[in-house]
Parts: sequence; structure tokens; C-alpha cells
Amino acid sequence: MSIFIDRNKCVGCGKCADVCPGNLLKITDHKAVIRHPEDCWGCTSCLKECKVEAVKFFLGADIGGRGSTLTYTYGDDNRTVTWKVISPDKVERVIVIDTQESNKY
Amino acid sequence: MKNTELEADVLIIGGGTAGCYAAYTLGQNNKDLKVIIVEKANIKRSGCLAAGVNAINAYITKGRTAQQYVDYCKKDADGIVREDLLLSMSNRLNSVTKVMEDLGLVILKDSNGEYVSRGNRNIKINGENIKPILADAVRQQPNVQILNHVNITDLIYRDGAVYGAVGFSTTCEEFFSFKCANVLIATGGAAGLYRPNNPGFSRHKMWYPPFNTGAGYAMGILAGAEMTTFEMRFIALRCKDTIAPTGTIAQGVGAKQTNSRGEVYESKYGITTSNRLYGTVTENREGRGPCYLDTTHISSEQEEELYKAYLNMAPSQTLKWLESGTGPKGKPVEIEGTEPYIVGGHTASGFWVDNDRRTTIKGLYAAGDVAGGAPQKYVTGALAEGEIAAEAIAQDIDSKRRLETKKDVTENIDLFIRQTVTDKFREYESYLKNKDNVEDFVATITIDQMETAMQKVMDEYAGGISRNYQYNETELGLAREHIERLQRILPQLRAVDMNDLLRIYEIRERLIVCLNVIAHLKARKETRWHSFAENTDYPDKSSKWLKYVNSRRLPDGEIEIIERNLVEHIKGTDGHYTDPSILARYRA
Repeated sequence: MSIFIDRNKCVGCGKCADVCPGNLLKITDHKAVIRHPEDCWGCTSCLKECKVEAVKFFLGADIGGRGSTLTYTYGDDNRTVTWKVISPDKVERVIVIDTQESNKY
Repeated sequence: MKNTELEADVLIIGGGTAGCYAAYTLGQNNKDLKVIIVEKANIKRSGCLAAGVNAINAYITKGRTAQQYVDYCKKDADGIVREDLLLSMSNRLNSVTKVMEDLGLVILKDSNGEYVSRGNRNIKINGENIKPILADAVRQQPNVQILNHVNITDLIYRDGAVYGAVGFSTTCEEFFSFKCANVLIATGGAAGLYRPNNPGFSRHKMWYPPFNTGAGYAMGILAGAEMTTFEMRFIALRCKDTIAPTGTIAQGVGAKQTNSRGEVYESKYGITTSNRLYGTVTENREGRGPCYLDTTHISSEQEEELYKAYLNMAPSQTLKWLESGTGPKGKPVEIEGTEPYIVGGHTASGFWVDNDRRTTIKGLYAAGDVAGGAPQKYVTGALAEGEIAAEAIAQDIDSKRRLETKKDVTENIDLFIRQTVTDKFREYESYLKNKDNVEDFVATITIDQMETAMQKVMDEYAGGISRNYQYNETELGLAREHIERLQRILPQLRAVDMNDLLRIYEIRERLIVCLNVIAHLKARKETRWHSFAENTDYPDKSSKWLKYVNSRRLPDGEIEIIERNLVEHIKGTDGHYTDPSILARYRA
């Protein structure tokens, strides 16, 4: 389980590298790079910092991963967030969460 | 290499839950004090709360009392807790929750405006952003300076008192020294000592933060601080593979623990935290695995809510459900025990502290997962301890000033501090000495090898997953021998950059913690908690061991074991443990 950085989207702002609780990301040639993909905890802090959706989260095959990715977008309404699971054949599943609503369980 | 020297009235090491709350408290109450909070990553998302949390697990719900919370913790740990610490913590659980709500934390309320409880001790929240909320509050305190991306490795100490700390930047070539006589350690517990559930690509897909590597424990051990209950390891029962928390399904939707035959086994073994785990281990060992939390009774609406709940706390679990095409309604959730962690916020391992969270080292305080004696702290307990420690520090500084005993920092001490800092910087340099000629330098022992070797030793000889968490004295002897071997070859490691240096020091501190764990496991000659400390030489519980196993590292490196009687009531705050409760001292 780790993250994948889309180099075409990454603008090299460094926000992901600054927030990573494991100091795992660095900016090389104006792009974010993960030093040790196997050292990612899966906290998704970097996804939440990225304003251009360049960071995608995935599960390693050793823990059941099937090649889908998870992305995160903070809403323009400053209140909702959108999580998107995209399967390898590009099927999307979207979950919208209201940040002002508590968990039910 | 750039050297930066800083001074402060209060130095907080670790910007997680407890450290941030202590900084916030000092910012609110003591604006005259200069506070520096040092964090090896960034306080915005560092520590246990990075991904979020979806319940406050320690709360005194309506109609219940703080003492009932204490009693629950005591029962769960079969007596080995500090009731004084638990009570001072429990008394603040609700007030710190209120502060967090005022700062912006969303808490579920009913139509009367009352918090909605989950069981007797939990309330439901949207805690995805709990850490950014707390970090923001710290940022707004003008007397608090935040230093992100600085890793502290060692305290500056002499004759049982602390004078500062030493570290380095994790991002650029810069060493740091701090001169400060009041230091709060809030570095969290220790993960990564044992071989993890997923030792391959997903080796860091663990429950406890893999970046909490026991730095504070190690610093305290090296400084000769008294430590307590390292033998009460914490092993969590978690969703298989993703190692995501289970409370949301166990308590949230009432899922029962079942085996492959569909039998509910949880009541068979008892419902303490360790017995729930032990039951699962036993069911597997006796051929009735795998084990599950049976969620198949839930509705489609509940399933949708669980997807959201996990995204707010452990997104990998939601991804796993959605990616596989089957959610918790369609299939029960398989569960497994994690590798053992040392964590004073869940079990009782950590610094031996007084009721104001003073350690046995003068000027050194501990709060949160690094402080021992008070299990089941969870988030609010860590906040409470941060507040208690901050108040004690402010009070101690005030009395020092009033008594004008500020002669501590004499010229002699200054010289000593400078010498310690120089020596430490030289040690950092020694690891970095080949950074500019990496091509020419061939190291046979690598950082990764060291980590794997340490985890293998702990797994096989000190009761890891592969041994069903069991160990005996002979195995513990071997564990010690191998960990000491690894300590001896540690200086062979080479760092090509500051990030490598960080990883080397993370291994160094874990090796120090491992030795303490081994010494404690060996000292408690009984099995009081299944799985957490299961000594096959002494498979039964003994009333003789209804006491604390404490330890102190002697200057020659040996670990002295100190057995102490239970502290059952609040003893006051003298903080110096010369009371007659010491039963026995011996070398581990």
C-alpha cells in the first residue's frame, strides 16, 4: 500500500513533502518523488494537501490490491470532500463526505 | 554543516497529540514563557492522528464517573495500572473534548444537543481533520515556536537532570542544539520493533504509526530515567491486511467475533482487550480460523456509512471493500492480531511519572503514549496529559524563579552542554562521512537489513506474530544477544543524506527499546495477560506479581529491574521515588 504520483499533473509545490509524517517525499527536478514506496503508512495526508490531484493512493497486491486508485478532492463549497475509487478499467465509484457531519458508528 | 543553537524556557519534543496540546496550553496560560515544539515531520499531520479518528474513545458519558473509567482500565490491565494517573487523566477527558469542539471538531449530538455515545465510554465524531485543527491552534500561540522537520536524538543530561537536547534537520544539512532545563517528551510509542503483519511491499501498513519509533523511550532510557511496564505489550485486533481499526464495526454496528464455523467465540475467552486477541490467536491455532467480525447483518445504508467512517480514519479499508466489489454487508470482515507495539496510551509502558507527569529525571516531563502507568488514554487522555504536564512545567518554572534557585546553569554546566553537543554532532558526521563519495563506498550492512534483522529477532525470540506471541527465558536470552550484536554493528551504517540519517537513528532508538522490552518480559515471571506477555516458562498468573516491573539503565549499560508495589491512591506530587515500596532490585 502506497501512493503514486502523476508526474504530468505534479506542479512541484512541495506541500506533500512538507506534510508527510514519514518524511518520505522529496522534490526532485520540480516533481514530487516518494523515496521508499514500501515505507508509506497510508495516512493519505499527501492526497489531502495536493491541489492538482497528482497523488493517488493504492493497495499493494500483498494486501489485496487489484490496481484501483483512490483520489481526494476538497470541494469548492469549503465543506464537502470527494473520494473517488477508479478501477483499472476506469470505472469510477464516488463517495462524497460532508465534513460537518459526524460518523454514525 | 550548519549548526543552530536555540534556547527556550520549555522544549517540547514531539508534535503529536500530547505535545501539541501541551504547547497550546502553555500558549493560552503562560504567554511569558518561550516555548519551542520540535517535530521530526510536520505537526499538521504527524503522530497517531494523521489519517483521522472517528470516535473519542475515552469520554465520561452521561451518568458515569471518572472513577468508573479508572476501574475499567484497571480491570482490563488486571490490576497493573497507576490509579492516580488514570484518575487525574479521567478528570479532564471531558474538558479537553470541549476545547477541541470549540476549536472546530465535529461531534455527533442528539436532538437535545447531547453527545451521542457509542457504548459506555465513546462518543462519535468526524475526526478526519482533528490533527490539523489542533496544529492550527498551536500555530496561533505567539509564544510558541514550531520547528518542523527536526529530529531530536538525545537529551543533554547529567546527574539525573536534563539541560537540553540535540538533533538534526531531516531535510537540509543542519544540526540543532537546544539549551533548556524544562523538557517535555511527547514522542509517542514504538512501532516497528517486531516483524509486521505485511513484511513485504506493505510493511508499513500497520495500525500504529510506523514513524513512532520510540525516540522518547530511548532518550529516557539512555538518561537513566525509570521506566515502567514495558512487558505489557500492546497487540491490536485489526481488520486483516489493512490493519484498520475494528471498534467502528465491533461497537458501531455490533459485529461479533466469529470463527470459520460461524461460532461466536468472544465470550469463551473473556472480553478484556488481551483476551479478545488471545481468543482469536487460539481459534486460529486450533484450526478454527480464520476469524471474523460478522458484519453481514447490517443494512445497505449502514454499509454506506461504514465506507465514509473508514475514509475519515483508515481509507485503505474502504478502498479494499470497494475494490474487491464486496463490502461488509456481503462478507464478514476478517481480523488478525498485529505485531506487538510498545505504547503507553493503550497499555501501560513508558516513563515512570508522578501525578504531574514529572519523570525521575529533574526537569524532564512525559505525556501521551510515551508516559507509562495509564493505559486506555486514547486521544483525549493524551490531550489531558499534555495539559497536566504543561501546567506542572509552568508551576515548576514559577517556583524555581521565586526561590531564585536558577543557579543550575553555571559556567561548568555550560561547558558540559557544549561538550555533549560537540560529541553528538561528531557522531552524526560519522554516519554522513561518505555522503559525497557514495560510489566508492561499499557497505555490506544496510539500513534496511538492520531493520529486517531486528524485527526477525524480536519476532522469533521475543514473542512475535510467528510465535503466537509466546516466548520463554532461553529465547529472550537469544533475543538480547542478537539485539546487542546489531547495536555493535550499527556504527557501520552510512547515510547519503539527512533522510538516511533519520532512518539510522530510528533504528538506533528501536534497538534500545527492544533491549528494555526483553528485560521486562524476562523479569515478569508469570503470565498475567495472554498474548501481551505470554511467558511459556510461567504460563500462570501469580499474586506475587501484582506489582509493577520497572527498570533503569545503569551507566555501564546494564538494565536494573526495580519491582514496585502498586500505587492505589494519589500520593501527592513530590515526584521523587524514594518511597519504601521498592521490593527488589536486580540486574536483568
